[in-house]
Amino acid sequence: MHLSDHPLFVWPFMAGVVFLAVYLPLIYGKWLKKTSYNHFKILLVNFFSTETLAAIREVITESLLHLRIFRFNKKLGYMHMSLAFGWFLLIVVGKFETMLFTHDGLNQFYLPIFFKYFYPDGIPQTFKGVFFLTIMDLLLIFILSGLVLAWLKRFRSKMLGMKRTTRHIFPDRIALTFLWFIFPCRWFAESVTAGLAGTGGFFTLYSGKALASFLPLEYLFDPAWWAYSIALGGFFIALPFSRYMHIFTEVGLIFLKHWGLKTGDRENGYADFEINACSRCGICTNVCQLSADAGINHSQAVYFLRDLRYDRPSPEVTENCFLCGRCSQACPVDIGIDYLRLKQRKEEVNGAAAPYPWSLPAVRQNRSTDVLYFAGCMSHLTPGIMQSTKEVLKKAGIRYSVLDEEGGICCGRPAMQAGFADQAKAVIEATTRMIHQSGAHLLLVTCPICYKVFDEEYHLNIPVMHHSVYFNNLLHEKPELFSKSNLRMSYHDPCDLGRGSGIYMQPRETLSRIGRLVPVAHEKDDSLCCGGSLANLAITPARRSLVTDAAYSNLAASSPDYIVTSCPLCKKTFSKGNREIPVIDISEALEMSIIKGTSSGEVLKVKSGKQTVALPEA
Amino acid sequence: MSAEKDRKVAVVGAGVAGIAAAITLKQSGVEADVFEKEETVGGHLKNWHALFPGRENASVVLRGVEESILSHNLKVQTGTMVTSVTRNEDNYRLTTETGLSTDYKAVVLSTGFSLFNAARKEEYGYGIYPYVITSPELEKLLEDPGKGLLIGGEPPKKVAFVHCVGSRDAKVGNHYCSKVCCITGVKQAISVKELYPDCEVMNFYMDLRMFGLGYEELYQEAQEKFGINFIRGRVSEAAPTFDGAIQVKAEDTLLGRPLKVKVDWLILLVGMEPDKMTAQLADSLGVETGSSGFFEGENKFLKPGCSKVEGVFIAGACTGPSSIPDAVNQGRAAAVSVLEYLSGKE
Amino acid sequence: MNKVKDKWGFRPETSNTLDLDKTDIDWYRRIVEKIPGLQSCIFCGSCVSTCTVNRDGMSFREMHLLLRRGEVQKLEKLVAPCLLCGKCALVCPRNIDTRSVIYNLKILMYAPV
Repeated sequence: MHLSDHPLFVWPFMAGVVFLAVYLPLIYGKWLKKTSYNHFKILLVNFFSTETLAAIREVITESLLHLRIFRFNKKLGYMHMSLAFGWFLLIVVGKFETMLFTHDGLNQFYLPIFFKYFYPDGIPQTFKGVFFLTIMDLLLIFILSGLVLAWLKRFRSKMLGMKRTTRHIFPDRIALTFLWFIFPCRWFAESVTAGLAGTGGFFTLYSGKALASFLPLEYLFDPAWWAYSIALGGFFIALPFSRYMHIFTEVGLIFLKHWGLKTGDRENGYADFEINACSRCGICTNVCQLSADAGINHSQAVYFLRDLRYDRPSPEVTENCFLCGRCSQACPVDIGIDYLRLKQRKEEVNGAAAPYPWSLPAVRQNRSTDVLYFAGCMSHLTPGIMQSTKEVLKKAGIRYSVLDEEGGICCGRPAMQAGFADQAKAVIEATTRMIHQSGAHLLLVTCPICYKVFDEEYHLNIPVMHHSVYFNNLLHEKPELFSKSNLRMSYHDPCDLGRGSGIYMQPRETLSRIGRLVPVAHEKDDSLCCGGSLANLAITPARRSLVTDAAYSNLAASSPDYIVTSCPLCKKTFSKGNREIPVIDISEALEMSIIKGTSSGEVLKVKSGKQTVALPEA
Repeated sequence: MSAEKDRKVAVVGAGVAGIAAAITLKQSGVEADVFEKEETVGGHLKNWHALFPGRENASVVLRGVEESILSHNLKVQTGTMVTSVTRNEDNYRLTTETGLSTDYKAVVLSTGFSLFNAARKEEYGYGIYPYVITSPELEKLLEDPGKGLLIGGEPPKKVAFVHCVGSRDAKVGNHYCSKVCCITGVKQAISVKELYPDCEVMNFYMDLRMFGLGYEELYQEAQEKFGINFIRGRVSEAAPTFDGAIQVKAEDTLLGRPLKVKVDWLILLVGMEPDKMTAQLADSLGVETGSSGFFEGENKFLKPGCSKVEGVFIAGACTGPSSIPDAVNQGRAAAVSVLEYLSGKE
Repeated sequence: MNKVKDKWGFRPETSNTLDLDKTDIDWYRRIVEKIPGLQSCIFCGSCVSTCTVNRDGMSFREMHLLLRRGEVQKLEKLVAPCLLCGKCALVCPRNIDTRSVIYNLKILMYAPV
């Protein structure tokens, strides 16, 4: 076959395909080249494992069927699915259709796309022929129905359960325009063809006949197919520079994820895949409280990722985020948004974070202490928590000492969240030394911010527990110390404890045992951030209070007697201003439920993480 | 005019402002019904021992108020809370908690103030550590030092006052200055020093608002005669010590160094907030309150005591932090405005 | 210097006086643009009092005052120990985001854009 044997109109399409076939491997290769040799070995090993099957499965459930989006909103899920899965099927089924007709698997690449141009009747006489004609038309309707929803999403997003849609930039608009023309053009071209030929699938034949009644189909035949081809070609060429890059990148991301690649400190290309896998679906803007409550609409994950992609990161966008985790949790593509933000913050700060030779308070070494209580910066400003924790420990006969009673040092997490990684590392080293010097067997913290960093970044030689978990264990070991009351309490999941560390059930279980736990509308992994997060370096106090007010309303809706939280920063944040329902910490709730006159005298075995720590007599 | 005795005025709150208003009205022949939610009259006056700046005896003043109620034969209903006041055509319908409603031609609102709840400043440890008390609680102690919070019977050796608790503080939502706590702090510092001459007394302040005549003089007396230690630095937190004392953390801003000191007593100079009834009545009557929650007047320069609603008048601490002379003057002024209003309606 | 003194009986003026006509408050202006609330500081000292590392010489109040007066050379040792713990912002009675001020100042000092 010579070049001249191919009809001219297929060239726009082919140009687009060739462009992608060259550009995509180049760019993916460029990203993957950053992978270190060690990482590459891991990838290779996993390639031959069941992870590959798991990856294929995820590609089907997420890239094609978009099940995660369905969970967010069914209409939105259908829209994404119809476009992705519908188009996929259109191509695959179309390929089978051509194979069936030409008995030649290696026919022209463009044949399935423009099948009706070359073979307007299909194979109408046979059952298979009718079957394919029907299927192809059904798929077209499937996709067009999704397209209608896509139009609605852009102009009336509330109908699809979205409070707002992502703002577009120029490359997106170009690609979007081409994309929106593709299927209507296909329908039009196939209808014109069917109208002229007098045969075709049930849908295109019907619309073809309708068009024939008032349009000069002979003159529209070539333009229609040209339009379709141009729409396709234009889309393919615009694709790598727009949000639709996600179509291919997402698949790559899934495989790399299953093969063990992760965003890390050293560049390995995974971050590039993540950033380009964002389809700008806008779900992150819908779950973000800055948007919902504070009227801040420029710094959500989608815009942050877009800035990174087009290499124009801006501090205003990077800094204005609570790092609450709601967006990364909702992201249907599983992008590690929080980690990318932290990475970018580190870049921005770039040397402003020199460690300092801090003077550390003296640590009293006491080998008979079992539990070392690290109150942390925040708990000092909510002494009620410190007192209650000490009271409960005393009542339970546990030998404890407070590491930072007189003066302390920070756990390092706030510095880390601001991107001051070197400084955070130095603080971690200093605090680690202090803890190891104390000789205790368990580190107890009352602050989830501390807990998360102790759990993830420190390498202590003793286990660390958050007091909500420790006290839950205590409640199980020594239930006779505590009473049950009729007090109604709603529980607020702190971001760093809930989404950040996966601890949801223990505090709830405790509260159910000492009182009556009242559910709230947004809870557990859907809980709302109190707004006090230190991670946001750009928000004004006035807008912060808007977020706090909304979070408070969520907890106060059922008029509980108390709102209980397990984070001193949350408690302090909710206490600003005059609130009707008192906000207390879980340790304070526990202290209230202590039966007067009891105390534990025997040896107390309290589970702490993986080991059981036997404590000496009180 | 024979109709004068029929014109009735209601006064909500029998504190010094309300009583002053009622007396002034009575002296001009207008009978006022005074409603007081507590069982006693005089408002917060009964909680004070010595008044500033001269440390006049508060109970003497209170007795004077009570006597003038009797001598003017004022109609005061104590233990009666007013639940709402609403416009009813030309009159105001006042409803008490018992459900009784009466119509009045004019209403004077003198609902006074509430003290800031010190527990809201959790970092000061009120209600958490022992020996952290508020200024009114100290006042009671000064009256009867025998029943004090003395550590094992010993008198305190070091005492610290914290100024601006619950005032000038965006974190508790009270941006305003409560005006009278600074002079109270100076006055109480002197009283403590008089009671325990060997005790070291420190006052931690941001500013010292000695606005009245005699106040700055009292401050100087506190410094020179009584050796009170005034330290410019706001206390950020208090922590307990092993021996039951309180560790105070502040910065000596004039020296520029962080400071800590162990004290036996920590006294919080709590500010004034509008009484809860103020918000309730503002709602039902449509009287405006400012951003701080206190009643706003029509024109404080030319129409003292008049609210923005015709026939409704305001006096005393419910319009803003006030001293007792302030409240008394406002009560009288409001009464005169009531009289003007009533004669204007004839 | 001594020679001058010997020859003329006086030495050229070195002064401790802060001349507000000559101070350079460019850095202050840049910070205030990002955090305008800083202007409402009353220098009460709560921030320094509660600071986790005030024993290492960290002083937000003093740093801010020097910034306002254009004495930027003295700033470094006053902000170097800060570990961004956030306690200062939690106690400020004027609701200033002191932590953000230090964050932006550090960037200005060490990694200007």
